[in-house]
Amino acid sequence: MYISAFQLMPHRELPADFEKRYQSIWVTPPFHELADAKRVGQYYNWTLDELIASAKAGADGICTNEHHQNAYGFMPSPNLMGSVLARATEGLDCAIVQMGATLVASQPPTRVAEEYAMLDCISGGRLVAGMPLGTAMDMNLCYGVTPIEQRDRYREAHDLILKAWKSREVFAWNGKYTQLPMVNLWPRPIQEPHPPIWVPGGGSTSTYAYTAERDYCFCFLSYFGYLSAEHSVKKYWEVAQQKGRDTNPHRLGFLQLVGVSETDAQAEKDYAEHIEYFYHKGLHVPGEWIGVPGYQDYQSMANTMRNPIIQNAVNSLKDKRYKDFIKEGFVVCGSPATVRDQLKEMSKKLRVGNLMVLLQIGSMPHELTLKNIDLFFREVAPALRPIDEEWENRWWPAGLRKKSLRGATV
Amino acid sequence: MTSVNDRRVTVWQNKINVNVKVAGSGSPVVFLHGAGGLQWGEFLDSLASRHTVYAPEHPGTADGDPDAIQHLDTLWDLVLYYYEILDALDLKSVPVLGHSFGGMMAAELAATNPARVSKLGLICPIGLWRDDVPVTNWMIYTPANEIVKILLYDPEGPLAKMMFGQPDTEAIIKTIWSMACTGKFVWPIPDKGLKKRIHRIQSPTLVLWGKQDKLISSVYAQEFASRIPGARVELIDKAGHLPFVEHPARFTGLVEDFLRA
Repeated sequence: MYISAFQLMPHRELPADFEKRYQSIWVTPPFHELADAKRVGQYYNWTLDELIASAKAGADGICTNEHHQNAYGFMPSPNLMGSVLARATEGLDCAIVQMGATLVASQPPTRVAEEYAMLDCISGGRLVAGMPLGTAMDMNLCYGVTPIEQRDRYREAHDLILKAWKSREVFAWNGKYTQLPMVNLWPRPIQEPHPPIWVPGGGSTSTYAYTAERDYCFCFLSYFGYLSAEHSVKKYWEVAQQKGRDTNPHRLGFLQLVGVSETDAQAEKDYAEHIEYFYHKGLHVPGEWIGVPGYQDYQSMANTMRNPIIQNAVNSLKDKRYKDFIKEGFVVCGSPATVRDQLKEMSKKLRVGNLMVLLQIGSMPHELTLKNIDLFFREVAPALRPIDEEWENRWWPAGLRKKSLRGATV
Repeated sequence: MTSVNDRRVTVWQNKINVNVKVAGSGSPVVFLHGAGGLQWGEFLDSLASRHTVYAPEHPGTADGDPDAIQHLDTLWDLVLYYYEILDALDLKSVPVLGHSFGGMMAAELAATNPARVSKLGLICPIGLWRDDVPVTNWMIYTPANEIVKILLYDPEGPLAKMMFGQPDTEAIIKTIWSMACTGKFVWPIPDKGLKKRIHRIQSPTLVLWGKQDKLISSVYAQEFASRIPGARVELIDKAGHLPFVEHPARFTGLVEDFLRA
């Protein structure tokens, strides 16, 4: 198993009554009432330091992502963060996992191709190129993308980026959304023909098919943990099989919130308030915004409306407390032994080869985050690494792949 | 009760099989529905007692054909597509009434080719924008189950209870998809340049508005009327964004007088 550290870059000091006073953490939270730019600078630097500490502690990769107008994650440009991280982790066997630059947020999308190529060059070929669709909040509400066009725009942007990376000739791009007379990318990525591509997503079957058809890694990014993901992940593996793909566990990435402390009791003392902060304040969003009309295709939307799993999960978050989040597997939290056992169970249930762990959760302060990082990579990660090591991680930068029993080693 | 028939009309390089609801007899009138989809009610029924009413369903919103919307990309496509529907129905010059999103489309049809629209009835249309009185974004209204508050003058009354009292999942799915398909042409701000074209409208025009419309303020009635030569405004008191549903008799009277004049 390959294990990467993921950061969201949240506001760590929201007022206690935030969710009662404000409509949403996303899109509409008033910056000047809630934040201070100098303090925000501190958050960014803590985030960078925590990711660098993870890399030094032995993380296989470090991940950043993109959100807009969002107080639980305000890295509008993950590539700015990735650039710092690429430089700061020089010489470490650590991938720069961009999860990533939202394709439809850049016009023309060749901008993403350029920036990813830059990151691959700066990092010496350590980039993993995440290609997120973007949420409705980010893309429709904040960036004004027409909901019903978003998937079509994404697919066209993907095709353009791939061609821009691979083409040896200058070419004209006559797309529906982007027209460019002379595409000739500078620089090109070190990894040929291109860096490994990961597609983050949730429960959309069309994304499973899209990812499997192109032989990419599908990353299930959920905050609701491994137990609730079982049904969707099973569906993903079925689709991968239908598309003729093997069962290499590295085809699947999964994000899990994790808290490690000396004992289960100490873990509760350390992390309970930060976990509740994350779910009560960090995910405080009107359910309507998650599914703006047109964001999902007709069939997916109809399925969602008839069986509103996510909506119900979001609606019930504020009724849950620490014990519920643990019991329901939203967060894997406890002593090293507890966390090891649960993550082993997770890997069996889901068949995950690329695990991403969120070790800074909600209001968790810097020092406590460093403790979590240290304990996780020292006491937990070594026990997970041998899992599925017979499979080659074909979705990892070739220069960083570990020896595997099956397939080629690099 | 008028009998309403579904007539299928094939247009746009044979790619779209439009459903047009047709009822009544007499001189033709076209009705273009709003973002929530076509709901045939008392107003269209009354109109059909003196006219042949043609009410096309916006592409993608007819039952069983959600992907029809994929064949039209821009407002320009949509305007030309409507002329093809008028051609297929053999309506060379016809009165066009449009509500909300449909009102904007009716205005675009009249501005693009004034010869096709003999009279124009705009029922609380979108299409113009004032920063000081922004149009409520109906696609992201929260909580969605309280949208009645911006649609009706009296969100507690019997009409509200009848229309919104019993949420029906299948009806909600239809409404969401209708908003998705109409939203394609107006997201995120329903101002797509009509203000540059509206002066081209030549047809006699009646602007009808619920005086207490909370989705799009009735101050917009004057915004439209002042840009259309000879346009007249009728504000319907104690009505919101659905004046033809809230006061069907009064509303029908105003429309009939206008069509007769």
